[in-house]
Amino acid sequence: MESIRDKVAIIGMGCCKFGENWDKGPEDMIIEAAYEAYEDAGIEPKDIQAAWLGTVSAHWIGMGGLALAEPLKFQGIPITRVENWCATGHEALRNASFAVACGMYDIAIAVGFEKLKDTGFPGLGVGRGMHPTLEMRRTAPSSFAFVATRYFHKYGLSPEQGKETLAKIAVKNHKNGSMHPKAHFQREITLEQALKAPIIAWPLGLFDCCGNSDGAAVAIITRAELAKKYRDDPIYIKGMGLSQNNMMPHFQPHFDWTGFDVTKNASRQAYEQAGIKDPRKEIDLAVVHDCFTITELIIYEDLGFSPKGKAKEDVDAGTFALDGELPVNTDGGLKCFGHPVGASGLRMSYEIYKQLQGKAGKRQLKNAERGLAHTLGGHPSVSCVMVYGNSTG
Amino acid sequence: MVGIKSYGAYIPVVRLHRDLISSAWGTRSIGGERSVANYDQDSLTMAVEAVLNCVDGEDSEGVGGLFFASTTSPYKEKCCSSIMATVADLSKEIWTSDFGNSLRSGTSAFRSALNAVKSGDRNNVVVTSADCRLGNPRSVDEQTFGDGAAAVLVGDSDVIATIEDAYSVSDDITDVWRTDQDTFVRSWEDRWVLTNGYTKNMKAAISGIMKRQGLTPKDIAKVVLCSPDARSYVGLARGLGFDTKTQVQDPLISTIGNLGAAQSLILLISALEEAKPGDKILLASYGDGSDAFILQVTDAIEGVKEKRSVKDSIGLKMMLSTYPKYLAFRDLVPLPQEFIKLFPSASVMWRTQNWSLRGHGSKCKKCGLVSFPIQRVCFNCQSRDEYEEVRLSDKKGKVYTYSLDSLAGGVEPPTVQTIVESEEGGARLYCLMTDCNPEEVKVGMPVEMTFRRFHREGGFYNYFWKCRPVR
Repeated sequence: MESIRDKVAIIGMGCCKFGENWDKGPEDMIIEAAYEAYEDAGIEPKDIQAAWLGTVSAHWIGMGGLALAEPLKFQGIPITRVENWCATGHEALRNASFAVACGMYDIAIAVGFEKLKDTGFPGLGVGRGMHPTLEMRRTAPSSFAFVATRYFHKYGLSPEQGKETLAKIAVKNHKNGSMHPKAHFQREITLEQALKAPIIAWPLGLFDCCGNSDGAAVAIITRAELAKKYRDDPIYIKGMGLSQNNMMPHFQPHFDWTGFDVTKNASRQAYEQAGIKDPRKEIDLAVVHDCFTITELIIYEDLGFSPKGKAKEDVDAGTFALDGELPVNTDGGLKCFGHPVGASGLRMSYEIYKQLQGKAGKRQLKNAERGLAHTLGGHPSVSCVMVYGNSTG
Repeated sequence: MVGIKSYGAYIPVVRLHRDLISSAWGTRSIGGERSVANYDQDSLTMAVEAVLNCVDGEDSEGVGGLFFASTTSPYKEKCCSSIMATVADLSKEIWTSDFGNSLRSGTSAFRSALNAVKSGDRNNVVVTSADCRLGNPRSVDEQTFGDGAAAVLVGDSDVIATIEDAYSVSDDITDVWRTDQDTFVRSWEDRWVLTNGYTKNMKAAISGIMKRQGLTPKDIAKVVLCSPDARSYVGLARGLGFDTKTQVQDPLISTIGNLGAAQSLILLISALEEAKPGDKILLASYGDGSDAFILQVTDAIEGVKEKRSVKDSIGLKMMLSTYPKYLAFRDLVPLPQEFIKLFPSASVMWRTQNWSLRGHGSKCKKCGLVSFPIQRVCFNCQSRDEYEEVRLSDKKGKVYTYSLDSLAGGVEPPTVQTIVESEEGGARLYCLMTDCNPEEVKVGMPVEMTFRRFHREGGFYNYFWKCRPVR
């Protein structure tokens, strides 16, 4: 099995302003992100040879690449729509990368978007259509609250200790997001605010949940050997892992509810390709799937940043803060950008791309050379891990 | 001799203090409490509880029939007893039949079971009756009515009480009724109803059966009389020569209310729970006529397996905090719009009924792993179609983890979401918890399964299992 390492480079990226974009349609957000990416890559729209689109909303299912072809007026090139729960944005980039790596296309574009604010419902929706009764009233907050309840129980955290640990993660991400002009939420919060917020799904409160926002993000990629033709500082794909589990955790026998195998498996694949042995030391920053604060807590463990059951100690020590040993969610994460599902994986990659190029403004880290983006989707049932670097080798 | 082999009662845990109704309307309270079907219950699910309670410990393979009687069946056209037989995991080779349209339907089904067994056509027939009637908001009926279910198993061996005789009278009188257009029970002037309907017909049936059996009031250990309210039965019993202090079964109006078609059987069960071998019990129901029965308690009553008694069920309760919640439970007030996405499909419900209704999981014959819903390929060893079905719905379990979800909507938030680990091979079930105080939910809490109504998308009722704290 060959590794994807150093075969594909990102030469341009774009990201629209995330938020409650009442005055923008999906097409406006796609145009905003795509034209930023064209300019960044120094190419014309006609240079694009193939496109991948990621979106999950029911509205677009069964409509192929139309949502992308229409606003960008792509003429005659192949467009493929992909979806894979919350890893959808990553999935668009991942599949475009395979096509470029094999030499079929020189330049491809990966686009992810979601328009959540036209549904009339403030959340992501409740239940799903697999069976008329089996999952009735299952919500995303409750599925992740199961993790919090069990994690607190297993590691002996009182509800107060557990909630305070989670609140610290929310405070950290809001602080980072306050420095990002494209974030939905750009305001810092206090620990007290997070702890006193109304309960959404016990033990998770309002500030433990990410927002529901509109957004779009875009990546333009080429084969690594062509990258320097377009720019001096392309970002290379070092590893791509994707893992799907085979039974919904809610019914999976012996499932532990304090970690997700899909994250562990996806990161193992990506680390192997990237040649990473000790992720805590070898990764300079990570932008991860903090759909809920408890998710970020267990991601630290599942990605191998913290030993099992010890993530709280790292949270207390500030390990993952912007000035910490391994900054996580330097852009504010889903907490501040919300989660327009198809866009999220590409939005995370956008932050790493900027950080590795030294263009992250007030949030810029020193000497960032290798970054990780992680998405986690479903019940959860799927995870994607991408590792990027700013040089080959 | 044909008689009752087993019984099961079900009174929902929810109670409404009648003072809450009267204070909401500025009317007079009749005092006490009434039982209320929880928001996820109806006559079908309550009857399922009674049936499961009744056949628990019995040879369910040997059950030859299931009769369901109610004036509040969730369906006008569809056999509810067939749903119940599936949920109770009974054989497909049984006779199911629904009885309705009369407060006497509970005893009609009982008499039909008696005759079916006597004739040799069927043996071991479960008779269940449930009701969940609506009185007009503000009416006395709304206070008096209660919700609940009862079931008895009628067979010809090992009976705890023989059914000695049955006697019926029929009499057309439009005293209490609902047309096919009505949601709420209607009635004519109460003095006329009492005199010319209830009292006259009950007397006729009781006198008829006593005479035919050559019995006098002193021969009867307990008289079980249905009663529309807390008083009417007293005058009737006295008029027939019974001592109302010692011989007459309390109709439970003050604690649960008038259970409609289920009233006769629940009161009969109450009487059986206190009966001694040799006792003669007189049972009489009313509704455009009257059915009367003489039962004789046998020595086998002493060996009845410990069951949750009607008295215990009355004691097990959760009080509704407000009257509007009762209106919401019965869908009498429109609640804020829900955003749950559902995909109703009769064909999906049909082909998944071994797990969705029977509550079966799969147990791998190769590695022993138990999974729910039924898995054709084993999660653990990937062997294909090498499984046997195991029933999980009658097994207890423990809460592995939980959440109190305020986003999930529903009639009474927060929705208690749980992952349950079954005592059957550690199978995991994602369950909504019902009949509970959310603040008392804990990891490790013992739970049992309960069959509930989920929704009516697609124009039909979708039922499924939930968990509840072990009762």
